[in-house]
Amino acid sequence: MTVTAVEKNADDLTMSLTAEFDASPERVWQLWADPRQLERWWGPPTYPATVTSHDLRPGGRIDYHMTGPEGDQVHGYWLVDEADPPRSVVFRDGFANDDGTPNPDLPDTTGRVRIEGIGEGRTRMSIESVFPSAEAMEQLIAMGMEDGLTQAVSQIDAILAEERVRS
Amino acid sequence: MQTAAPAFDRVFAALADATRRDIVRRAIDGEEGVAELADHYPMSFAAVQKHVAVLERAGLITKQRIGRRKVVRTHVEGLRAAQRLLDRYEQLWRGRISRMTDLITDTKERKK
Repeated sequence: MTVTAVEKNADDLTMSLTAEFDASPERVWQLWADPRQLERWWGPPTYPATVTSHDLRPGGRIDYHMTGPEGDQVHGYWLVDEADPPRSVVFRDGFANDDGTPNPDLPDTTGRVRIEGIGEGRTRMSIESVFPSAEAMEQLIAMGMEDGLTQAVSQIDAILAEERVRS
Repeated sequence: MQTAAPAFDRVFAALADATRRDIVRRAIDGEEGVAELADHYPMSFAAVQKHVAVLERAGLITKQRIGRRKVVRTHVEGLRAAQRLLDRYEQLWRGRISRMTDLITDTKERKK
């Protein structure tokens, strides 16, 4: 696996995760900066994401929705606080109503992303997620975040199969 | 013994204090009462008693009667429930990272 470290801190409600990729920082940055690539990894397999607007610059905004197996849609948005290609992004990830306006009833999380080259064509990416409260964390997880996780493996299989068809 | 599902804000608030975390660790053996626990810390019996009360309300410890004594015992399930929340969030991100890895592999393969 490419995930090299995970640190969960129950006291200050943060989770930090570090991963390494066999690619340049610029390539890893594209996973965030290209909306077509972003939508291929953001949503869990049962709730694939569609990015409808994408402005990854300080003060910018990204709108997306995820579509569930019953055709149900969950709308969300990011407010970009910092973006320094190809090094870092800080964004608030919130839930939106169907018309895209923020839904204040559901909690948002803050994500801090750092991307750095570590030599030999490899790149380290770290993500720190901060929850506003334990209740918020519980609510987010209860909302079916885990739903698609068990199927992450089948998603990988699907991508690999697609790759075989193309080549 | 019936214990209600822990309220997570209470659990995390209870665990935010170093002394309370230490009490939870010690009470896993469940052999000491509040007075014996208090001997481990440079603070008053009343202060330790307060910490124990916070942990008890959070569902992280219980007091059990053994003969004539009352011992403090960690409610391991309460502790696990708190950890499980973070575990599930970790799984979400692990899923994302593996999809990222696949995408990177995907573009490399196509270039070949």
